[in-house]
Amino acid sequence: MRVMAQMGMVMNLDKCIGCHTCSVTCKQAWTNRAGTEYVWFNNVETRPGQGYPRRYEDQEKWRGGWVRTRRGRLTLRGGNRFRKLLTIFASPVQPELEDYYEPWTYDYKALIEAPLGDDFPVARPKSLITGEDTKITWSANWDDDLGGASEMGHLDPIVEAVNAARGEANEKIRFEFEKTFMFYLPRICEHCLNPSCMASCPSGAIYKRAEDGIVLVDQDRCRGWRQCITGCPYKKIYFNHKSGKAEKCTFCYPRIEVGIPTVCSETCVGRLRYLGLFLYDVDKVTAAASVEDEKDLYEAQLDLLLDPNDPAVIRAAKEQGIPDDWLDAARRSPVYALAKVYKVALPLHPEYRTMPMVWYVPPLSPIVDLLAKQGHDAEDRDTLFGAIDALRIPVDYLAELFTAGDTEVVTRVLQRLAAMRAYMRDVTLDREPDAGIPASVGLTEESMRAMYRLMAIAKYEERYVIPTVSALDHQQKAHELEELACSLDYDEGPGMYGSAAFGEASGRPAPVAVETFQALRQRQTSGAETSSSSLRGRVNLLNWDGNGSPEGLFPEAHGGDE
Amino acid sequence: MDVVLWGVLPYLTLALLIGGTIWRYRFDKFGWTTRSSQLYESRLLRIGSPLFHVGILFVVVGHVGGLIVPESLTDALGISENLYHFNALFFGSIAGFCTLAGIAILIYRRRRTGPVFMATTKNDKLMYVILVAAIVLGLWTTVVSIGAGHAAHNYRESVSPWFRSIFWLHPDVESMAAAPIQFHIHTLVGMVLFAIWPFTRLVHAFTAPLHYLFRPYIVYRSRDEVAGSAATRASRPGWAPVGTADRDHQPREGR
Ligand code: HEM
Ligand code: SF4
Ligand code: SF4
Repeated sequence: MRVMAQMGMVMNLDKCIGCHTCSVTCKQAWTNRAGTEYVWFNNVETRPGQGYPRRYEDQEKWRGGWVRTRRGRLTLRGGNRFRKLLTIFASPVQPELEDYYEPWTYDYKALIEAPLGDDFPVARPKSLITGEDTKITWSANWDDDLGGASEMGHLDPIVEAVNAARGEANEKIRFEFEKTFMFYLPRICEHCLNPSCMASCPSGAIYKRAEDGIVLVDQDRCRGWRQCITGCPYKKIYFNHKSGKAEKCTFCYPRIEVGIPTVCSETCVGRLRYLGLFLYDVDKVTAAASVEDEKDLYEAQLDLLLDPNDPAVIRAAKEQGIPDDWLDAARRSPVYALAKVYKVALPLHPEYRTMPMVWYVPPLSPIVDLLAKQGHDAEDRDTLFGAIDALRIPVDYLAELFTAGDTEVVTRVLQRLAAMRAYMRDVTLDREPDAGIPASVGLTEESMRAMYRLMAIAKYEERYVIPTVSALDHQQKAHELEELACSLDYDEGPGMYGSAAFGEASGRPAPVAVETFQALRQRQTSGAETSSSSLRGRVNLLNWDGNGSPEGLFPEAHGGDE
Repeated sequence: MDVVLWGVLPYLTLALLIGGTIWRYRFDKFGWTTRSSQLYESRLLRIGSPLFHVGILFVVVGHVGGLIVPESLTDALGISENLYHFNALFFGSIAGFCTLAGIAILIYRRRRTGPVFMATTKNDKLMYVILVAAIVLGLWTTVVSIGAGHAAHNYRESVSPWFRSIFWLHPDVESMAAAPIQFHIHTLVGMVLFAIWPFTRLVHAFTAPLHYLFRPYIVYRSRDEVAGSAATRASRPGWAPVGTADRDHQPREGR
């Protein structure tokens, strides 16, 4: 057993209101740059819907993820290593800008500078790719809230899969979802245990951090061979068309390292995101990802997660140098609790065999809403259970998303959520709670209340249990001062805050964790507005706390050459 | 004059090529990329790029063979000059024309696809001019040789010894000077191409990812190891603001 730690996330879909705050704050922090205009490390899709990029789940077309060969081995769906190298000169399948959308801005100047006249000035849309006038025809969430679902709903690959499974012709199913069933699916990179993006990268530039499992692209090693874009079945690797490098969600590692939640989690309006540690057995990952029946993948993935209370696991973890603070965090981990203890969180598309580490609690609310609308008692256990059984389409749909089509697992999870609703209603109304309800879904009364506390009350400290890297450094028996020296021990050292020999763009960069660590400390101890001195006249939005308008927040006005 | 061209220039070229590559690797790893334009357009790219690349790789193999393997070796192996010559010209012209057709498609695509043209830097344009010149002039030497039949100039008795002598630090200027004019021009343009190589997007060829065949699929790296090359960076290339009005003022890599 070789124990490794993995930062994971759980999203409770019942609570997502589809406000896109997470996407916007993420964009502001990470992809508000030229070359990444169309890049959404976090996006929120309405389901049923095509997703972003359009129909990314259609792996027959996009060829992402892994497949199991007849001999039981895993190989990339896009082809083996030789094939990848032979086709490297032009990637055989890769989404084009059309499959995302052409990013645009508006010609705001026309509003401000229009001469006095009778006509209202118009700000025309301008393409951010060509700079020319453009027509807006699609975006990252064009089909939000089922917009256009009646014409395009059948284009959802999951609807196709559900139809195929039920043996119904595409046109024939009336778009029942439209009235009865809709939910939001926020997506980030899954920080997979068996990432196919990484396996597709010819340069080996994508790596998984041994400490916390975060998957990153080394921007200095990426050579723009762009195979990872095809490799990732979730299409969560994007090509920065200006720098010519692949970019992806970073799990906000500079924040995670100092113990604060990711931007998307911190700003989530529904407070539905949970962050915490999983412990898993690295040696078993490949075997788990290679099980024969797709429907066993969810169980195989659960089996990888180790019990942080098990003395044998603790011993093995210590041997691997995982510090006590981290083991403690693993024991308090909300994501472990939701995924493995209460078993209400499910992985997205386990059938891609990448072992994704962002888990989802499937939504019960569409069913509750429907019952309430029809005048039923939507808090009653039997009514809810009956509805879960009767409403086949929602369950089938969720099963295609989360369990490779295994409706039993989804039904079990929804029943647990329904039981929690029914049981807790009695508790809140001061009625005698029915102990039979938790028992009927295999929980005790205490664990049901604990689950309720974690899912419904969801206190900040319980949602985010993030061990810091300084604990890691302590573990390496580093003296406080040495530790600083250690983290500053990269090529040119802290001197890099000045310019290197060949101007600003030359030399090695300061590691971003060092930069943010210093800035955070400065901010916390000084009370003054965020200083921009360490960033050569620019403001790092990751650290800006909205306090005043620090120097460098806006670009300096330029002289005559504009 | 001959000494300058064939005795000094090669060393200047080599110095630029090697020094420039080291410099670029040291200071601009972030700019070291193919700068793929497939996101904008892939229909033409899918034809042009493989055609060009496969062609040019064969051309490279041909050059290595012709310049490095001495005539005495092929003679010893019993390959007659005629047979060798026929093969070289036959395969050489096929590879050469593939390359030319490929690059013609690529350039047409660059010019005609709006976004691709927008993403073309001055640096790219210069590189294309020299690259195309080298390819066309190379084909010219081949065509002249084919036209001349048996009377064709045997570059393996002039250019090749000179090329090898460069690396013995004892350039055989006379042999090279004796070669016909088309070889002279092709070689000169070739030297220019190699001299600018490290400063263009062509550097991608130096990091051809052959190690992909041998590395494990999953890469684990420790936080500490990566400290020197953080995956993102503030106030570095790659963090230019979004916009259209100012897009011409935004420096692109290599513009
Ligand atoms: C040896 C391995 C090589 C590999 C794996 C390779 C791979 C690539 C790739 C992936 C692209 C990007 C295509 C795109 O998506 O836009 C590219 C572009 C290019 N390569 Fe290479 N290349 C190699 C060698 C060379 C050589 C030897 C040359 C020239 C002498 C060359 C010249 C070019 C040019 C000019 C482009 C730009 C094409 C365009 O978009 O107009 N490459 N290469
Ligand atoms: S979801 Fe993330 S880690 Fe998984 S394959 Fe895609 S980019 Fe890689
Ligand atoms: S911020 Fe939260 S509630 Fe809003 S869309 Fe994102 S995940 Fe959903």
